[in-house]
Amino acid sequence: MVNKGNPCLSGRGVTKIFGFGRHKTIAVDHVDFDFHEGEIVSIVGESGSGKTTLAKMLLGLISVTEGEIYFQGKKRDLSSGRKKQEYWRNIQAIFQDPFSSYNIFHKIDSVLLDCIRMRGGGNLPREKKVEMMTEACSFVNLKFAELTNKYPFELSGGQMQRLMIARIFLLKPKILVADEPTSMIDACSRATILDYLMKLRNETGMTLIFITHDIGLAYYVSDTIYIMEHGRFVESGSADDVILYPKHPYTRRLISDVPKIYEEWDLSTV
Amino acid sequence: MLEVRDLSTKYVTRYKEDVYAVDRVSLKIEEGKTLGIAGESGCGKSTLALSLMGYYFPPLHYISGEIIIDGQNITGMKPDEVRKSILGKEIAYIPQAAMNALNPTRKVIDFIGDVIRAHDPTWTKQMIYDHARALFERLGLPAEVLQKYPVELSGGMKQRTVIAVAVTLTPKVLIADEPSSALDVTSQKMVIKMLRDMMESGFIKAMIFITHELPLLYNVADDIMVMYAGQIVERGTAKQTVFDPLHPYSKGLMGSILVPESGLRSAKLTAIPGAPPNLKNPPPGCRFADRCKYVKPECRVTSVPLYEVGHGRAYRCILPEEELRRAYEHGE
Amino acid sequence: MQHTLRQVFRSGKFIVGFSILMTILLIVIIYPWVVRHPPLQIIGQGTFFPPGIYVNVYDAIHAPTLYTLNLEDAAANRIGNKLRQEDRVAMKEWLVAFGVPEDEIDIDDTEKLLALWEANYNPDLRLPGMTFARHRYFQRVNASIDGLLSTEPAIIAAPNSETGALEQKALIRQTDYANVDEVANVRILALGTDNFGRDVLTQLVAATAVSLVIGLVAGLIATTIGLTLGLLAGYIGGLVDDVLMFFTNLFTVIPTFVLLILISFSIGQDKRGAITIAMVIGFTSWVWTARAVRSQVLSLRNRDHVNLSKLSGHSVPRIILVDILPYIASYVVMAFILQVSSGILAEAGLSILGLGPRTTETPTLGLMMNWAMIYQAHILGKWWAYLPVLVTIALVSFSMNLMNTGLDQVFNPALRD
Ligand SMILES: Nc1ncnc2c1ncn2[C@@H]1O[C@H](COP(=O)(O)OP(=O)(O)OP(=O)(O)O)[C@@H](O)[C@H]1O
Ligand SMILES: Nc1ncnc2c1ncn2[C@@H]1O[C@H](COP(=O)(O)OP(=O)(O)O)[C@@H](O)[C@H]1O
Ligand code: SF4
Ligand SMILES: [Mg+2]
Ligand SMILES: [Mg+2]
Repeated sequence: MVNKGNPCLSGRGVTKIFGFGRHKTIAVDHVDFDFHEGEIVSIVGESGSGKTTLAKMLLGLISVTEGEIYFQGKKRDLSSGRKKQEYWRNIQAIFQDPFSSYNIFHKIDSVLLDCIRMRGGGNLPREKKVEMMTEACSFVNLKFAELTNKYPFELSGGQMQRLMIARIFLLKPKILVADEPTSMIDACSRATILDYLMKLRNETGMTLIFITHDIGLAYYVSDTIYIMEHGRFVESGSADDVILYPKHPYTRRLISDVPKIYEEWDLSTV
Repeated sequence: MLEVRDLSTKYVTRYKEDVYAVDRVSLKIEEGKTLGIAGESGCGKSTLALSLMGYYFPPLHYISGEIIIDGQNITGMKPDEVRKSILGKEIAYIPQAAMNALNPTRKVIDFIGDVIRAHDPTWTKQMIYDHARALFERLGLPAEVLQKYPVELSGGMKQRTVIAVAVTLTPKVLIADEPSSALDVTSQKMVIKMLRDMMESGFIKAMIFITHELPLLYNVADDIMVMYAGQIVERGTAKQTVFDPLHPYSKGLMGSILVPESGLRSAKLTAIPGAPPNLKNPPPGCRFADRCKYVKPECRVTSVPLYEVGHGRAYRCILPEEELRRAYEHGE
Repeated sequence: MQHTLRQVFRSGKFIVGFSILMTILLIVIIYPWVVRHPPLQIIGQGTFFPPGIYVNVYDAIHAPTLYTLNLEDAAANRIGNKLRQEDRVAMKEWLVAFGVPEDEIDIDDTEKLLALWEANYNPDLRLPGMTFARHRYFQRVNASIDGLLSTEPAIIAAPNSETGALEQKALIRQTDYANVDEVANVRILALGTDNFGRDVLTQLVAATAVSLVIGLVAGLIATTIGLTLGLLAGYIGGLVDDVLMFFTNLFTVIPTFVLLILISFSIGQDKRGAITIAMVIGFTSWVWTARAVRSQVLSLRNRDHVNLSKLSGHSVPRIILVDILPYIASYVVMAFILQVSSGILAEAGLSILGLGPRTTETPTLGLMMNWAMIYQAHILGKWWAYLPVLVTIALVSFSMNLMNTGLDQVFNPALRD
């Protein structure tokens, strides 16, 4: 494992419960974690295990039912709109479904202009803004000149997801939460997206929190892996430890369920 | 079981432009075999699947080629006839994302009833129910599911139900278009197991499996066909295509494989830069030329034929086999 | 936006609905320009004059020129108009009962029949077994055929202003015709008059206009309140949501129409103007719009673009206006159309119960129905007093529902075929 920096995002007993009484769902159940500066973390679990819920709590988009989240060593405080805005300058997200990540009534430019405004560049001259947007687009191998004045639905899923990375490029947050950023796009574009994400991380040194059900992807990108089952972390550790020497039966099952190419895929155990 | 010769089809868009989504595709599946089709989004996999059934309706149009199912040539059959006598009986198709397109107000049994009645309206409710029950038992699905609505089913169960509905009339050939791409690994495995069991017990005679997930395809298919921009660019056994790809595009696809195996972290994930060509007016030469590392000026001149290299293996590139292999060796 | 509009106007159902509604609107707007009668003026002395062209007899006689037309069927028409087939049969019946041999009577030969009648009928004689009503009927028939075969001109006489004696002014021959265009007073009552003697058509047009305004006002109020509360409840949740859900549940227990009746009743007849009623309808029918908007917003709120917008530091009002409202705009338009059409229906329902706007000032479709019902137009067979009103109500709400279905097909691709 690489030498870890200071913890930048930690949680103690973080819990989220939806509904009450008979309709109660415990989506995230007392999880503890420490994500360090510059680390790439993956949270792996099958669908419905509470990954997205946890991601939204990390992002401060939904409230935490119980437990505490610590940001840069201090208790996170999101009590006012101003504090939230400040927090969101530090933590950003890429979501699973590129098709629902855009306001379909807005042109693509507005997404990028928003980021410039958020970084305090709202009053820059138009040329400067265009320059910044062009730079961001070319970072993910898109041509701004071809995108400007287009609507999101005129792009392919892969292109939309790349534009999301361009957005992060402009924002340069300290932490990026990527909730299944590649699960809706095909394997070929997936490699491209991962490439750009890694490149961005290497340039900015940000902490990257990957949320995924693709255990192969988690293994490939991350330093640390957390395995989530029914809202709990059942196993965590360095990627090699967790994937190559899994201890928890759930982790073993997840790994055995992935089709592989060098090992036999055992279909009898379902 | 199924043979297709030089099939070409196109879409005619709303603006009356032609999109040549399937271009002179030939393929052959023997009894008991599974053919896998790989390729990135938009390369024409789903279109090929639709075209294979000989069932054309706008915007999809037939251009040329022959389709022979179990010795019966269905080329030029009227759509109505195809629907009555071929679809579901000879060949069945599970559309991409079918499980999310189920009418939420109807029960599973109703979907099965629809399939049966489309072919024989005289069946009574009881007959349909008995048939459905037997079918579900045969496929190892719980019979309670028949009385449920789609929303009450988990993703994996929904997909398996969709497959059961598709094979209601025991077709000989099953075409599954990305049946597990929206599922997590455990549900995916159950779906694959069900398909595998159906093949092994001879319930269906042959299968075409479409996906962009190569590790999955490697485990499911006997032979793999790689498609790019409407054409077949490589054909061979699963092992050959995955471990010894010939076409630069196939090679590129193999570079995107992510499996949790020990070598993975040290391997370099290679992405293919750029995007596929527009199929409205495909380039005259090799369609992969704009993204190919090994492109030569002559690649862009005339269209590249599919070279047969024996044992059913073929690839569409002007470079000789050995040269390609050597290049890949060096690249790594 | 333009694209959507184009799509909307390509939908057959929408176009049909839209055309019907526009035609009605056009009529409502143009008619008062052409026919400038006050819609509620009582012109007929008596109830339920049938539809037709009313020609002033006095003016017809005094038309500047009387034209002579020798028309062959004039006499036959004149007799036919007064002596109908059933009268002839009845006359035969009387004669037979009186003792005239049956085979002597030919009811198709008007002249012979009348001669026989003249010779035998005695108005004072009540045949045995004949009811009094029947007896009176024969007296009426007798009076109406008096002078039927006469070819003499009618004499127009007027009293001399000095002597007071009648003086002959003119002779009206049976071949005299007046040109309607030259008659000073002709009134077309295409749909007759109602129970008060008011012109139904003019009233109907005015009533349609008022009803449309009521619907529009009710729809605007209901949609505005429903949209605002739905957006707030759905997006902000918390207290607003609880209050809204409380109201919603309340309204599901008490049907809105009952509430509407209670409120209308308590306002009192004097204070109920058309706009008041519209407002009452609007204030009682926003609930389902609010509920529908709320559930749409609830699902939109979890869409990732809203999350991203939050992460970009946008304020709540901006997110609601920019990231949520456009997505439900089409839905709101549809809800609005439905609200307008149900507002019109609600007014009609209220008025039929006598709880509509004050009756003296403005006509509404519901009031017209109300009057027709009270005066038993439907029992008396005076169809012109209620049928056109019903058809108008049906057309308006049909056209709006059609527009709605058309919109639904455009906005909801799953319904497209
Ligand atoms: N209805 C249509 N009208 C016009 N063009 C179409 C239509 N459907 C698909 N196409 C075009 O045909 C080509 C092949 O599409 P197809 O859906 O077969 O791809 P695919 O390989 O199945 O992709 P995916 O992996 O995304 O399912 C694409 O260029 C696509 O844009
Ligand atoms: N807004 C919500 N209201 C109620 N239940 C929810 C909500 N969001 C998620 N859940 C429930 O929480 C559990 C975890 O969901 P989620 O975090 O989306 O899982 P994942 O991202 O791992 O697929 C599921 O049982 C889901 O149904
Ligand atoms: S023909 Fe040329 S461009 Fe095409 S794949 Fe082969 S080397 Fe590349
Ligand atoms: Mg999720
Ligand atoms: Mg497809």
